[in-house]
Amino acid sequence: MRVGVDLGVSHESTGRETAHESGQRPVPRGQQRAVDSEDTADANHLLAEGVSIAYSTDGRPEGLLAVDTLDFTVRRGEFVCIVGPSGCGKTTFLNAVAGFLPISLGTLNLDGVPITRPGPDRAMVFQQPNLLPWRTVLRNVTYGLEMSGMMSRADARARALELVELVGLADFKDARPGALSGGMRQRVNLARALAVEPQLLLLDEPFASVDAQTREVLQRELLNIRDRTNFTALFVTHDIVESVFLADRVCVFSARPGRVVHEVIVDLPKPRKQEVRRTAAFIEYVDEVATALAKGSVVGDRPDATTDHEGEA
Amino acid sequence: MATTSTRTSSPAAAKIRVVRPRDDRPDNRRMRIALGTLAVLVAFGIWELLTVLQVQPRILLPNPADVVNAFKEIFASPTVGADFTASGKELLYGYVLAVVVGIAFGLLIGWYRPVGYLLDPFVNFAYAVPRVAVSPLLLVWLGIGISSKIALVFLVAVFPVLINTISGIRNLDRQLLRTARCFDASDLQIFRTVALPGSIPFILSGMRLGIGSALIGVFVAELVGAQHGVGQLIVDAGNQFQTAKVFAGLIIFAVTGVILSAAVRRAEKHFEAWRL
Repeated sequence: MRVGVDLGVSHESTGRETAHESGQRPVPRGQQRAVDSEDTADANHLLAEGVSIAYSTDGRPEGLLAVDTLDFTVRRGEFVCIVGPSGCGKTTFLNAVAGFLPISLGTLNLDGVPITRPGPDRAMVFQQPNLLPWRTVLRNVTYGLEMSGMMSRADARARALELVELVGLADFKDARPGALSGGMRQRVNLARALAVEPQLLLLDEPFASVDAQTREVLQRELLNIRDRTNFTALFVTHDIVESVFLADRVCVFSARPGRVVHEVIVDLPKPRKQEVRRTAAFIEYVDEVATALAKGSVVGDRPDATTDHEGEA
Repeated sequence: MATTSTRTSSPAAAKIRVVRPRDDRPDNRRMRIALGTLAVLVAFGIWELLTVLQVQPRILLPNPADVVNAFKEIFASPTVGADFTASGKELLYGYVLAVVVGIAFGLLIGWYRPVGYLLDPFVNFAYAVPRVAVSPLLLVWLGIGISSKIALVFLVAVFPVLINTISGIRNLDRQLLRTARCFDASDLQIFRTVALPGSIPFILSGMRLGIGSALIGVFVAELVGAQHGVGQLIVDAGNQFQTAKVFAGLIIFAVTGVILSAAVRRAEKHFEAWRL
């Protein structure tokens, strides 16, 4: 299971502060079960047990069961993709992890602490860039740092500059979002989330609204950045190929109400190059996810399935 | 810029035609100015023609030259300073007060729901009443001095500003608000970094609409019991069948409105990119 380029054994279990500071901490991947007892805290970095979410958007009391007794974990350092049919509750679940939406039942913890509200420890990369049009690229990236007041203005600026460079927008640091292409805006969106050094990076179909070529470039860059900063990620998508390319583990959600029907551990060599998409192993993984997805979505395929994002936002 | 070749940086060098989309209808500044000027001249011509043809007696429809003379008369009169000062003060004080109060209350009502619940009934009531109808009341309460006039200008100008500010705040991009929350921004931080800049384009639109209202306010305020003022000058002239003077007064109002609106529109253009 363990992959060659992977960085081997973890240090002894530490609190979130230490792990956070180091950022570069080597983490074993590909195994969700705890390797040893000391490591369970890391294995259950994000822990969802029996999570159900029945939510109502327009004040109707009955609500809609979007997520049903979901058990789910993300290990520290892991890159997990959730794939599911439209309207399966995957974005609803992500919003609960982000703290925007309370859960109806169950336990939802980050490092053992229940999630009750949004916070920069779970920065979100939204599907839409959601940049402040009146701020420059650089000032958009410093936004999270400013709001949380976690560092001085000068430090925030320096950190933001690093990230703007990391996402390849150094030449555009003083441009306003209006002057950027869709792909560039998504890079800013990503840089802004990474700037606050989140414990867990949440990504809600971040590349769904950019063109296919740009999407592949951005996917590759996301992995590049990941290799350098080693963040933990929970990535929601409906794109099977994307999920296999990015993830250490792909969780397939059933049709609504969402629950995990299948898990695929993606044991492909790292760093992943674009060419990996054409290998037999890759195609097998894609096939496995697609098959599970097809099985899972037969039951409740809704006619109004196109309303996925609006409905769950 | 439409270029047809990717290899040559300058289309002229390649001697090819520079093309533009067939449905592209760009603003032609020169043509705009030429046609605009022409239209005004033609209107003056028709006006002149009508007076020459004596469609109406001259006392009812003065000709352009009469209006020019009326302007001379107005500016030569000893009360011209007092007239402009009075109207200018009413406009300035009333409008500035309207902008300050309109924005402040608009932000409060739009941002804090309970404040909105408390004040919405009054806003809706006042909005439904023709505001100038309050002028007799203001005269009784504040007397025929300048304060009742400033109050009327304020009252008619405050609503466009207030209503636009409220709708600017209430129609903020929810995704942006959510983004701010995601980064743990406090209510005050969200207000400062998202709500305020996000509603500036709306506030400016309200300010521009408020200018027209304020001018109506100035005129109505001077209908009754005014000593000086451009509006009072128009009323006086009308009563004495000095129609040329009425025209001159109207033009003074119009020019004031156009200049002030243009200034605000300039600011609006600057903040256009902020509209979400």
